[in-house]
Amino acid sequence: MNLEEIKSEIEANVPGCSLEIIPNGSPSGQHSLLVDPDHAFAVAGFLRDAANLRLDYCSNVTGVDWPAKEVSTKVKTKKVVDGVEQEVDEVLKTQSGGYLEAVYHLFSVEQRQGPVVLRMRTEDRADRVHLPSLTPVWRSADYQEREIFDLFGIIFDGHPDLRRLLMWEGFEDHPMRRDYVDPDDYEYEPTAHDEVLKRAKEHLSAEGGL
Amino acid sequence: MSVLTEAPVDLTPSQSDDRTDSQLLEVSMGPQHPSTHGVFRMDVALDGERVVKLKPVFGYLHRNHEKIAETESYLGCMPYTDRLDYICSITNNWAYALAVEKLAGIQVPERAEYLRVITGELTRLQNHAGLVGFLMQDMGASGTPLMYAFREREKILDLFEALTGARMMCNYMRFGGCRVDAPAGWLQQAQKVIDAFPRFLDEFERLLVSNEILMARTQGVGVVSREQAVNAGISGPMARASGVNYDLRKVDKYGIYDRFSFRVPLGENGDVYDRYMLRVLEMRESVEILKQAMRDVPSGPIMDPNTKTRGFRPKAGEAYGRIEGPKGELGFYLISDGSSNPYRFRVRPPSLINLTLLEDMCLGQNVADIVIILGSVDIVLGEVDR
Repeated sequence: MNLEEIKSEIEANVPGCSLEIIPNGSPSGQHSLLVDPDHAFAVAGFLRDAANLRLDYCSNVTGVDWPAKEVSTKVKTKKVVDGVEQEVDEVLKTQSGGYLEAVYHLFSVEQRQGPVVLRMRTEDRADRVHLPSLTPVWRSADYQEREIFDLFGIIFDGHPDLRRLLMWEGFEDHPMRRDYVDPDDYEYEPTAHDEVLKRAKEHLSAEGGL
Repeated sequence: MSVLTEAPVDLTPSQSDDRTDSQLLEVSMGPQHPSTHGVFRMDVALDGERVVKLKPVFGYLHRNHEKIAETESYLGCMPYTDRLDYICSITNNWAYALAVEKLAGIQVPERAEYLRVITGELTRLQNHAGLVGFLMQDMGASGTPLMYAFREREKILDLFEALTGARMMCNYMRFGGCRVDAPAGWLQQAQKVIDAFPRFLDEFERLLVSNEILMARTQGVGVVSREQAVNAGISGPMARASGVNYDLRKVDKYGIYDRFSFRVPLGENGDVYDRYMLRVLEMRESVEILKQAMRDVPSGPIMDPNTKTRGFRPKAGEAYGRIEGPKGELGFYLISDGSSNPYRFRVRPPSLINLTLLEDMCLGQNVADIVIILGSVDIVLGEVDR
């Protein structure tokens, strides 16, 4: 079953959900299905239980960080140059909103098919980072969603035990974010040079000068 | 010498529910506990000897492998994969190489495919040999079985050293093939080790498989049902011990696994004994695969000539590649943005995900059983914590 068929199958069975196929440019040809978070839980339940899909094995769950970036698009505009109307290419620079993504790789043990790649996106990277947890559908997402919460900061609503997995309790940042900055954990180095010297200077200037 | 004059006092608290004078004992097993095979902690609550709660605590070996990989080139990530599951560096290399090959559409030459199967199955042999030895050690059979297993493992590690220069950090594979060809005489030496291996298995089975103590300790302990295993994403020998017929060498037929005839052993009860036996049976099948691969290995190049490993820039896209590692489904998920470093580098760690059911397996068991249940899952903390 290809992704188009799966998409129409889901649309027929989960009313109101909006799906989008995200093409994959690599030769692997693993295209993915973007699911809106409001219906993701129903879609996941359907994919697991539908008789012709039976995606009972959620193998890999992971997060991806897509920070906001400048997107330049070429737009043709009409301008009057030297009294003659001409079509001129103009580059429009817009800021695309960044988001965090959770990616699920689904397989079927029963029917030996897959992968079906499911994606969900948060609204932004700052405060609207909630996604529904799919752990009640596939328990294998348990630790992996905890890891995403830990390292990316996505909050999975409905997760039975959402705590940090790898970093310690009380740690504040999310290290896998693209804009994560290492904490200043400089230790005195008697013969600092290159990178270490740079860090030493940064550290000491922050403390009030060399 | 003391003589007991009175009847011995029963020190085990009564198991009846109407007691009022007992409380739970909280024990922190680990991080420095020999049975955890590394730095791993379990917060256990005990009612007498019975486990009533178990919460695993991870992260003692966390170095954020995935973040480091984002700052490395595709080639530079390869030696880092050795350090994930440091017992099985070659299969880690293979899984990563496979994912990159999917990402960029690379073909692997015949000889390299055979060398991959040979080194990969040797890795499985030494991993399983080590595991059954350690499991015996965990059960209290100190020394002898572990040393028997390590004697065999060492022969295979010698082969790896002759081939790659390192016993454990092999860094052997490249996307598009293998790093070095087998030196003169290596295949003959490997053939000797493979031919001698069934003798060790026979010996080991005679010694232990029907051992009464082993059976008493392991049968019916840490049971995982088939449905539980699939839903919790359990993979590899642990899933097959619960009767899940899912071996990626048969399902995905990656590489050239469709050319070999071998059987997939399945367990019935999903207990520690089945998980132990499954490893023993899988070693026999690996020997079968190795015999066929050694017979057919062709000559030829070992690297795809069109792939450049240095300055490698796959075009934007993503790929998930997975292999049947000795511990389960080892997958790599890569996203490329067209640059020389991976945009996202994700390891699907079988060791971590196989621990999902650890609490379920241990509840209601004795505290000593935690040790062998954990031992039968087969974890390496380098991979669990990444």
